[in-house]
Amino acid sequence: MPESSLEIKDTSCSSSRYRMSSLRQYSQSSVLPLPMTRNPYTMPTISAFCTEDNVSECISYINREVSSLGFPLLCTESNNGPELNLVAVLNNVYNLLQLHRRCLQTVEDIEVEQVKSNSNMDYLQLSNTRLKDQLELSKRENTGLLERERQLQLKVKSLHNCLKNEKEEVQKLQSIIASRATQYNHDMKRKEREFGKLKERLNQLLIDKKDKKQTFEVLNYVGRSDGKRSLWKTGKTEARHEGEMYKTLLNDYDSRHKDLLMENAELKKVLQQMKRDMVTILSPRKPSQSGEKHDDSLEQTSSEEDEVCDSSRESLELSCEHAREQLTNSIRQQWRRLKSHVERLDSQASLVGERANMNAIPKEVHEEEMDRLKLEIQQYKDFIHTQQQLLQQQLNSPCDDETASLLNDCYMQEEKERLKEDWKSFEEKRKNFEAERRNFTEAAIRLSHERKAFEEDRATWLKHQFLNLTPFGDQMKPQMSKSQSALSGWAESEVRPMSTPAKLNKSLSHTAFSTSRASPAKTPSTADLYRTHRLIPEKSPSTIHPKQDSSILRNDDVPAQLRHVNGGANCRAYTFTGDRIGSI
Amino acid sequence: MPFSEEWLLSGHSTIKATCVQYRLVVRDVNTLQILHLYTCLDQIVHMEWSSDSLFILCAMYKRGLVQVWSLEQPDWYCKIDEGSIGLVSSRWSPDGRHILNTTEFHLRVTVWSLCTKAVSYIKYPKACQKGIDFSRDGCYMALAERRDCRDYVSVFVCDDWHLLRHFETETQDLAGVEWSPNGCVLAVWDSCLEYKVLLYSLDGRLLSTFSAYEWSLGIKSLAWSPSSQFLAIGSYDGKVRILNHITWKKVTEFDHPASINNTKAVVYKEVERKPVVGSADLSIQQHITMGSTLFNTQSKYEICPLPVQVPVVKPDLDRANPKVGVSSMAFSSDNRYLATKNDNMACVVWVWDMQRLGLLAVLEQTSAVRCFQWDPRRPRLALCTGNAKLYLWSPAGCVSVQVPAEGGFQVQSVTWHCSGDSLILLGKEQLCLCYMEVGEEEEEDDDVK
Repeated sequence: MPESSLEIKDTSCSSSRYRMSSLRQYSQSSVLPLPMTRNPYTMPTISAFCTEDNVSECISYINREVSSLGFPLLCTESNNGPELNLVAVLNNVYNLLQLHRRCLQTVEDIEVEQVKSNSNMDYLQLSNTRLKDQLELSKRENTGLLERERQLQLKVKSLHNCLKNEKEEVQKLQSIIASRATQYNHDMKRKEREFGKLKERLNQLLIDKKDKKQTFEVLNYVGRSDGKRSLWKTGKTEARHEGEMYKTLLNDYDSRHKDLLMENAELKKVLQQMKRDMVTILSPRKPSQSGEKHDDSLEQTSSEEDEVCDSSRESLELSCEHAREQLTNSIRQQWRRLKSHVERLDSQASLVGERANMNAIPKEVHEEEMDRLKLEIQQYKDFIHTQQQLLQQQLNSPCDDETASLLNDCYMQEEKERLKEDWKSFEEKRKNFEAERRNFTEAAIRLSHERKAFEEDRATWLKHQFLNLTPFGDQMKPQMSKSQSALSGWAESEVRPMSTPAKLNKSLSHTAFSTSRASPAKTPSTADLYRTHRLIPEKSPSTIHPKQDSSILRNDDVPAQLRHVNGGANCRAYTFTGDRIGSI
Repeated sequence: MPFSEEWLLSGHSTIKATCVQYRLVVRDVNTLQILHLYTCLDQIVHMEWSSDSLFILCAMYKRGLVQVWSLEQPDWYCKIDEGSIGLVSSRWSPDGRHILNTTEFHLRVTVWSLCTKAVSYIKYPKACQKGIDFSRDGCYMALAERRDCRDYVSVFVCDDWHLLRHFETETQDLAGVEWSPNGCVLAVWDSCLEYKVLLYSLDGRLLSTFSAYEWSLGIKSLAWSPSSQFLAIGSYDGKVRILNHITWKKVTEFDHPASINNTKAVVYKEVERKPVVGSADLSIQQHITMGSTLFNTQSKYEICPLPVQVPVVKPDLDRANPKVGVSSMAFSSDNRYLATKNDNMACVVWVWDMQRLGLLAVLEQTSAVRCFQWDPRRPRLALCTGNAKLYLWSPAGCVSVQVPAEGGFQVQSVTWHCSGDSLILLGKEQLCLCYMEVGEEEEEDDDVK
């Protein structure tokens, strides 16, 4: 057995390892067929191979074997026989082990591959059978379909035949109907003719018949419903009837014509209005849109419009064809213009829309802002709502005394503040009142002072008077002049306020208020005063008083103004004096 | 007991005539007092007022007799005996002084004059749906004739029966002639086998021809609007076609569909109400009349939400004169509305708006409509369905009125008084005068028996 392997080895080149290993495998299997088939790695077989007795043979055998396989020799030839080289043995063993491992690896790989290919094959077989089944099925189907097609074709053929038959039938029937119809018509005509003849005959017979004739009994004739007598039938009646007929027809046509004319006029009016509207719509916009570029064309159109207007005006009156044509043409023109205008507007609108799209970004921002603000508002609203709720809760819970007291405090505080303000205002008012009162009292005091002075004056004056009445008038003259001087002084003082009336008025208005309060105490005295002033001249007109007064005043070079005041209006003079008294 | 009743309102509207067998009773419309009583020779079959309401014509066809009575002179009489030639139809001429008698077999038309006792004969009158028509003003008469299997139309002047025009018409079998209300156009239509309308001028010129379709049953009815502006043609296909008076072309077409889903139309449905069930929520107007007995179920109208399915009877088309197609049409006096009835929807009356040219209202009755007529003065439609109720429609709404009569009073037909103030309801054995008052109706019934 090893010979054969050797032969193989000799023939093959021992270069590639794989080949070698396979060869070795082969050799192994060939060398040790029995153990290798069962378990190639079990030691006992190896141990059986070498025993104590045949070591040298084994060595030599192995050496030979190894050398034949291309490994370095295990033994070195020495004089006392071959000697086992341990290193070489070990190297060889290692090499063999390596080879063996590699062999195992490949075996495993091949086995895996084998399994894989086996499963693959199984799968392929399975699919093959399935496909075969499918094929069978489709073949069967195909045959079924073919059969059905055949059947259908047969049916179609039969139906075609049927159709043809039916068509023929229909044609036949139609022809029958037609022939019947003609027959029927013919028969009917014949019958009708016969019927007519019979009628004729019957008519004749009935007319000729004597026994039962038509009778007409009338008590007396009645007049015509229109009260006229019936006319004789002459040639004229026919003409009259014709005439009347045509008259009615003409009337009808007339009325219809009128209606149509009216309708036409209405429609024309509508057209006119439409046209006018169109012109008004189109004309003002023209310049703004076409601009200066199309100035010449604009002029042209405007002239056209004028023309059109004229023509339409004409057409309203003349309804001749030409005018109508013009009107419709103008309308058409306007319409076209309007259409183009609208189209232009449309395109502009679309442009604007595009532009709007361009401005979309700020819009978005805006929207975002809006959303944000809305959200905020919502938040605040919620906030307010919760606050309200809380407040409500607190109010609703009566057990919460603290808050109640707090609230009460709040209210009290508010009330207090309000009261304080009120108090302040009252205080101010009070102050004002007091100031006024003080003024009044002062004025009253002043008045009483004045009164006293005046009383004194009067007393002196009365005394003077009294003294003047006494026989010692001459002696009293100097005193009299004194009093006059006093009066003149008063007059002088009166001149002053007259020169400044505005000032006086002021003081007057001021004093008027003050005196109104003081008047109850004052009036009697003033009245007395007045009376005395008045009484004195009345009682003694001979007395020099007014005239003397005036003369005296003149003598003292008093302006005429004053004199006039004194003489002409005593009352006014008095008021002046009164005023003066007040103002002093 | 053999009983026949004829009644008629005189044209001048104050008098009404009724006849029972041999007797002719003339009553005042307002008081129902008997004004005159005449006795005829035989049972009266037909009766007609003269246009001036001075005479009444009573025809006894079996005897071939016509008797005329005068209201002014009760003792005046006139008797026309057609003799053995027979009589099938008798009518007044528009002037009320001539009587036109059609003899048996339509041998001729005899014209008798009450003024001159003159007799004229017109030969070859055609026996058809409407062979004779007088123009509205009473000036002309159109007569359909048949000679040598051809149709002719003769136009006579009613004044002296002068033949004005005589022309052949292009019809297979002429079915009728009708003057337009203005008397200037004559509509001539073919028999139902062919859809054909011919329009002739008064002077015999053919103005226009109209044909909607072929090979199917054609025209069933025809109606002129009072203004002569529209010609409505009802046909067996259940459609109404409206022609205009200028071009004589079709203006519009009104279909009568089984399902109504026109949102502009109002569908009134009559609902019979048992006395127990008392839900009056949807009633438009309800009249609770006095005599509601067990037999008289009350009814009211309900507005149906759209779409509405109209009951349709499938007609037997194999039989002659099938119940299909538009059989009756009527324009209101103001030309605004058109009422139609389609025979295979016998319970339904359709009202069309002629301004809008569309459907306006649909009245769905519980039983088949017998007759409908427009108020001669107002846009108001009265209809009856052969029960004890009168139905009225106006643009404002719909009313169902119970006729307060004992027994089974069944309204067979209705006729308006020419003033539109009253209405005669004719039953089988009774008639009822219905007086309309502003806002309410008040009835009074008159038992003639």
